[in-house]
Amino acid sequence: MALYPFTAIVGQTEMIRAMLIATVEPTLGGVLAFGDRGTGKSTAVRALAALLPTMRAVAGCRYHCDPAARSALCPECRNRRAAGRLASERVRIPVVDLPLGATEDRVVGALDLERALADGVKAFEPGLLARAHRGFLYIDEINLLEDHLVDLLLDVAASGENVVEREGLSLRHPARFVLIGSGNPEEGELRPQLLDRFGLCVEVKTPTDLDQRIEVVRRRDAFEHDQAGFTRRFAADEAALRRQLVTAMKLLPLVSVPEAILRLAAKLCIELGTDGLRGELTLLRAARAEAALEGDTVVTESHLRAVAPAALRHRLRRDPLDESLAGARVERAMAALFSQAAIAA
Amino acid sequence: MSPLPAPRKPTRDAGLAACLFAIDPVGLGGMVIRSRIGPARDGFLSRLRGLLPSATPVRRLPTHITDDRLLGGLDLAGTLSFGSRIVATGLLAEVDGGVVVIPMAERLDRALVGKLAAALDRGVVSVARDGVMSERDARFGVVALDEGIGDDEAAPGALCDRLAFVLDETMLNDDFVWPGARAIARARGRLAGIVAGDDTAIALCRTAAALGIDSLRAPILALRAARAAAALAGRRSIDEADAILAARLILAPRATTLPAPEPPPEPPSEPPTESQNEPDEPPPEAREAQADDQPQDEPPPGDASEELAERVLDAARSALPLDLLAALAMLGGPRRAASAASGKTPIAQGGVRGRPAGVRPGRPGNGARLALIDTLRAAAPMQPLRRRERAAQNPGPMPRVLVRAEDFRIKRFIAPVRTVAIFAVDASGSSALNRLAEAKGAIQILLADCYVRRDQVALIAFRNRTAELLLPPTGALARARRSLAALPGGGATPLALGIDAACAMGIAERRRGASPLIVLLTDGGANIGRDGKPGREAAGRDARAAAQACAAAGLAGMVIDTAPRRSGFAAELARLMNGRYLPLPYADAAALSNAVRAQAA
Repeated sequence: MALYPFTAIVGQTEMIRAMLIATVEPTLGGVLAFGDRGTGKSTAVRALAALLPTMRAVAGCRYHCDPAARSALCPECRNRRAAGRLASERVRIPVVDLPLGATEDRVVGALDLERALADGVKAFEPGLLARAHRGFLYIDEINLLEDHLVDLLLDVAASGENVVEREGLSLRHPARFVLIGSGNPEEGELRPQLLDRFGLCVEVKTPTDLDQRIEVVRRRDAFEHDQAGFTRRFAADEAALRRQLVTAMKLLPLVSVPEAILRLAAKLCIELGTDGLRGELTLLRAARAEAALEGDTVVTESHLRAVAPAALRHRLRRDPLDESLAGARVERAMAALFSQAAIAA
Repeated sequence: MSPLPAPRKPTRDAGLAACLFAIDPVGLGGMVIRSRIGPARDGFLSRLRGLLPSATPVRRLPTHITDDRLLGGLDLAGTLSFGSRIVATGLLAEVDGGVVVIPMAERLDRALVGKLAAALDRGVVSVARDGVMSERDARFGVVALDEGIGDDEAAPGALCDRLAFVLDETMLNDDFVWPGARAIARARGRLAGIVAGDDTAIALCRTAAALGIDSLRAPILALRAARAAAALAGRRSIDEADAILAARLILAPRATTLPAPEPPPEPPSEPPTESQNEPDEPPPEAREAQADDQPQDEPPPGDASEELAERVLDAARSALPLDLLAALAMLGGPRRAASAASGKTPIAQGGVRGRPAGVRPGRPGNGARLALIDTLRAAAPMQPLRRRERAAQNPGPMPRVLVRAEDFRIKRFIAPVRTVAIFAVDASGSSALNRLAEAKGAIQILLADCYVRRDQVALIAFRNRTAELLLPPTGALARARRSLAALPGGGATPLALGIDAACAMGIAERRRGASPLIVLLTDGGANIGRDGKPGREAAGRDARAAAQACAAAGLAGMVIDTAPRRSGFAAELARLMNGRYLPLPYADAAALSNAVRAQAA
């Protein structure tokens, strides 16, 4: 089954930008895409899998460890390294789809039943968290996922490590991944305490512009009619975007944040009354990734402005009944603050 | 050979929909048939079955299906007897290339719908459960049999949105001449070669926009249906008639608004037929494009496609049900924010009670269910040891797996008691005068509180002579806010009716396993009795009786007095309800929220 090309997605610029930013800056805390049905949330995530560049991983490692990151190796790779050099290979960055109905044993990993029954060996069989290490974990309909699984995922996503203590197994392995959640608020809302665990939050709406809608239908039809031809049509765009991503990843460590921008970000968060410092940190990280994507080495006001709604809209003082206006509140606060800054400068 | 009956009478639509579905079951997703059990439905289903190749798998999916049967999982018997992992195929993978029939689709819980939707979207079912990880092809069409009665029971929107057709009972008794399976098979063979002109996509999108259809799946499905219609008619490209048929079958039932009326000088729209292409009006180049449909590779932009859009919209408009609201309820799915108060099904109640929440050691029985896989996992590491022990004690035949009581794992379910706060709001004239706005504000605060505790809320408003259900119990608080904002005020005060309605809902909710709480907001100025007749005295008596009925039913309640001065009557009602009394002037945000919390606990 061919995948719909990422660059062929019409509109939905905020969601697409958020996913690219999360790719460039994986420590951001992932993306939550909340919105109407049939707006291409799942399509975008699955398309991302085909777009992503490859990465270097230890050959044969079940967790695709990074050979360069010595401190974050899995137990098996530590043994391998003690025995000699680590051979490496290039693998695709994984995008793991967490199917609805997944059970805890498959998410965390569990005792390998086959080997246990057949050979009486106590062996660990890694789960989805291991598969998603250094990549993406996608949860469609996150508001339908059982609460205990959501808690578990958020905990691992925050700590970067999966600790397994079950069935006589006791081990830990690295599990650093970008969490992408999607859902439809009409199906029930997400627990508020989970919202601000996500780095970015985007609202996905059905396009209302007729031409855009026509283009969506046209492309979908063309894709279903001739998948290979359609994919070829966008091959050049895909390659260009992939290059942009690779460049941005290299550039990211070099991007600096001027004092004035730090102040502006802090003022914005104070103005909006976001809880804690997580908002500011995410805002600045996202702005750096945005700058890297633009090919800039210094964060400017426009970068901040571009990412602020996604970074802050779900952290405003909790008035759940005002949720649709959260983006507008961020915009309003920015308009007030940023014009002041411009006058002062 | 392959006769496409001209789509003149809508009574043939059910048969046509069946043909199109049989040609492209996977592409069109399927159909919702809203009808009770009966010979009409059975006859329709068996004729539909006759259109599919005889080898097509058709499986019924019971709404209580478990995940291991739906998605697949570990085949325990096989795994134990072979000593290696045997994977069992789930129903969705077994029915690959076929049709899933879902009886009682209105009872589907949303977790099951989510799994179905994921398989429909991807054509693949992924399994990650019970020690099994696999992906299998699962490309299928769905026939959802919706037997719901009334507006508050309907197949879930997330499913309906993905299925092309919506049929109802009245459409099933038709005089459609059913083609043979061979004609359908030939049409299926033609499907891949059908050329879709750009103007069809544009026309369908415009029509969808004019009918207020938000979801983009609708025009995409309509375009696929137009392809199937062209294949059925033996054409090589999509014709106007195909687009019109697709609009009528797929777009019209999804309409949420009536299209703007045509400007009067336009020629009267004729019923759409294939022979409609000789009007005297259209400019020459447009006529050229329509008259011969074979070489229409390069349709002239602008005019022609706009005209096509207009005709397609006409067709859809003529197929709009007389009672649009009823149609909206029938679909239950795509719905604009503005029409939020119109009937949408409350989200299926299943899944809240007794969600699985992992396993723990313990004895099965007494309602605790054995978690077989986890029990085996617990037993597995001990096998070599136990074998040796047993061989030493008892030289008889050895069972394959030695399970002991300490291995038993039982499934844990959490059944949080769902609290439903039923707000019965007095929206009468006196109340509106007295501070309906403040009452609304108070409810907003309570709603926010309910949200944090993940309670559900329902909203009933009473004024003039009726008590109206504004919002069935829901967890989507944004909807509650919208209905509340749209609540008009004015008129007389049928207090007894309001209490009765809240009481009835409270009893119904308790039967569904929830713990209801009635919050009555009123200024106590009852002046309409239960019989709908004005009169203060009778109204007061009826209201007292209604409050006592609440208490007799054992429902928790509280009364928030919205009168400017404490009206003894509201306090009396609270006493009769065995509930708490809170006069609004003293009920600041914290007090209100504490009061609800205390009552709900």
